[in-house]
Amino acid sequence: MANTERSIIEKVRDFFCSLKLTLFLLISLALTSIIGTILPQGVLPPEYVAQISQAKLQIYSKLGFFDMYHSWWFISLLYVFSINLVSCSIKRLPHVFKFVSEPTLFLAESVRNSFSMKKTIVFSGAIEKGRERLSEFLGSEFSSPVVTEHNGEYHLFAQKNAWCRLGVYVVHFSILVIFVGAIIGSLSGYKGYVNIVEGTKISTIEGRNGQPIPLGFEILCEKFNVEFYKTGAPKEFRSILTVMENGQPVQGLTHVKVIVNDPLTYKGITFYQSSYGQANEGNEHYFTVTNRSGGTPEKITAREGAAVILKDGTTFKLLEATQEVRQFAPGLSGPAAKIEVTPKGGVQQTFISFKDFPEMNSQRGDALIFRYEGTNARMYTGLQVAKDPGVWVVWLGCTLMLIGLYIAFFMSHKRIWVVISKGHAHIYGNASKNHAAFEMQFDSISEKFQQLKI
Amino acid sequence: MTSSMLFNVTTFAYMISTIIFFAFLASKNKALGLAGSYTAYAGLAFQTVAIGLRWKESYDMGVGHAPMSNLYESIVFFSWTIILIFAYIDIRYKYRIVGAFVVPFALLGMAWAQLGMNTGIEPLVPALQSNWLLYHVITCFLGYAAFAVACGISIMYLIKTTVEGANTSTPAGGMMSMFPPLKVLDDLNYRAIMIGFPLLTLGIITGAAWANYAWGTYWSWDPKETWSLIVWFVYAAFLHARITKGWVGKRAAWLSVIGFAATIFCYLGVNLFLSGLHSYGGSKM
Repeated sequence: MANTERSIIEKVRDFFCSLKLTLFLLISLALTSIIGTILPQGVLPPEYVAQISQAKLQIYSKLGFFDMYHSWWFISLLYVFSINLVSCSIKRLPHVFKFVSEPTLFLAESVRNSFSMKKTIVFSGAIEKGRERLSEFLGSEFSSPVVTEHNGEYHLFAQKNAWCRLGVYVVHFSILVIFVGAIIGSLSGYKGYVNIVEGTKISTIEGRNGQPIPLGFEILCEKFNVEFYKTGAPKEFRSILTVMENGQPVQGLTHVKVIVNDPLTYKGITFYQSSYGQANEGNEHYFTVTNRSGGTPEKITAREGAAVILKDGTTFKLLEATQEVRQFAPGLSGPAAKIEVTPKGGVQQTFISFKDFPEMNSQRGDALIFRYEGTNARMYTGLQVAKDPGVWVVWLGCTLMLIGLYIAFFMSHKRIWVVISKGHAHIYGNASKNHAAFEMQFDSISEKFQQLKI
Repeated sequence: MTSSMLFNVTTFAYMISTIIFFAFLASKNKALGLAGSYTAYAGLAFQTVAIGLRWKESYDMGVGHAPMSNLYESIVFFSWTIILIFAYIDIRYKYRIVGAFVVPFALLGMAWAQLGMNTGIEPLVPALQSNWLLYHVITCFLGYAAFAVACGISIMYLIKTTVEGANTSTPAGGMMSMFPPLKVLDDLNYRAIMIGFPLLTLGIITGAAWANYAWGTYWSWDPKETWSLIVWFVYAAFLHARITKGWVGKRAAWLSVIGFAATIFCYLGVNLFLSGLHSYGGSKM
């Protein structure tokens, strides 16, 4: 009974310690991750829902494919991955520690032949003299040796960078640190979003799940601006923000310029320039209508989507307006409006009316010339808001990982043994990695070794 | 002298180098191997000057930025890093013939960029206006290039092991005698990935740091991010496969080839087939 229990525990342990499991997990994580890059994640766009069959939609949702990186099975894979990582490390670390702390101080006859790096010298002096001289030599050329006497022979052992055998465990540990950082972030941090209309302030933002989150202070948007290159591509999205607490501006945080790649942080909460738009509530747009044949120009005020009847019975409708047309029509600039005009008893026409290009407005040749005069609309800035107290743990993990990778891949545990018996001495070398580089070092040491006069 | 002229010279040099390497493969004439390497190095020198010149030209236009901002510039830089990593492996380990399987990757990149792409210098959109761009792109592409070299070496391994497969006792003659021994190819593959893996890791970390700085999230499972992680998983599997019984040799070589296929999908496929934040100068903020 005790025996079978033990064997089950052993089996479970062996299962979690196995490298085959590691390979299975790494390949499974790679393969399953593909799903989330093909299927839409989070809130599904209606076009997608419309084109996919109901059965598929049901199955995919059940399997968590639409939020797969947070699905139970993906998280489970990550948990098993962590357990595998920890068990492998726990299983192997004692051996490595022993290897480092209790090195092979003397070389048995049988293993000596397996070395590819070895050299011999012959000397006529006493064996003690040889030991003294060679210890000194190894100390100055490589690192101070430990001397052991064994069967009338002296064995000198010297090593460098023994601890670099731990590099791989630093990498494994760093992955766990990153996971811890991510968990801290998801438990005590949040991501959210807020739109602020120019000249107004906000004190709560909207979290990812739609919940309002109070900030504990206020953000005032003084101004929002977009600049464009000549090509029409955007050059800069710029919000001017002021942080306010208890109705007072916070010193040093007034009129702060926030652009993409340059956020604003206050009390651990960071605001990132993310989008922008025109505030729509109560916007009025102004047009001047001139009759080609003369007369007083007519001033009209319109709202998006609402029709206005002009003096001569023409129906006028504002479809959409922009304060910078460059992004839609390279080469042109300034405010413009897309309008729909239906002369009384005539044919409906849709065209663009500009503010800064009156000649283009009149080129149309119609009886009425429409000029867009602008709007009282204000812009709003869209800010991404994030609080993540775990981020420093993540960076710590990343740093550890890079250090671990450097140690594991580019540093090598180098060992040299010198076996002295009466009349001759043998030198042996071994490196855990990068044999070519160590061979050069060993060659230069052993060359000097062979020239020693004892 | 303009950068675009020099890029044409570079493409030509890589083409000549590829042809010489193929001739080397067929003739086993050692002088040809040397000529192949030197032509590739000359191309690398031209390309280095050309990239520097394009950088300067962007400043002359008043839209100064490192030439790594769109698909054209990135693929030119990718070719440059491939030859750079090849030069390192070539000088360090002296297996010339590897060039026949690596230089074509760089040639392919340059030819596609020069013939099929808009080569104009574009101003930087706000999302890319950051010093992180330089660190992120350099580390990622050096990593990708090391994987390209590893893939070339793995293809050599798979060809050699297939040809020699029937009679393992006697190494095949002919063209196969030009290939380094299987053990050496396996080792070179590992060494190239040993360069690439830390660089990819650094590339992912700089990307995460930049994302955190610009958007407030270091990881958002964007397709590009996810694919870079997939590539990371594949090469992590490769590194563990080497110390697992039954996974050494052929399977490890296949993992390296699959890893590079995933790398290319991460670099190009994500932009061509999937949507996300890395649209190479798209309208995203």
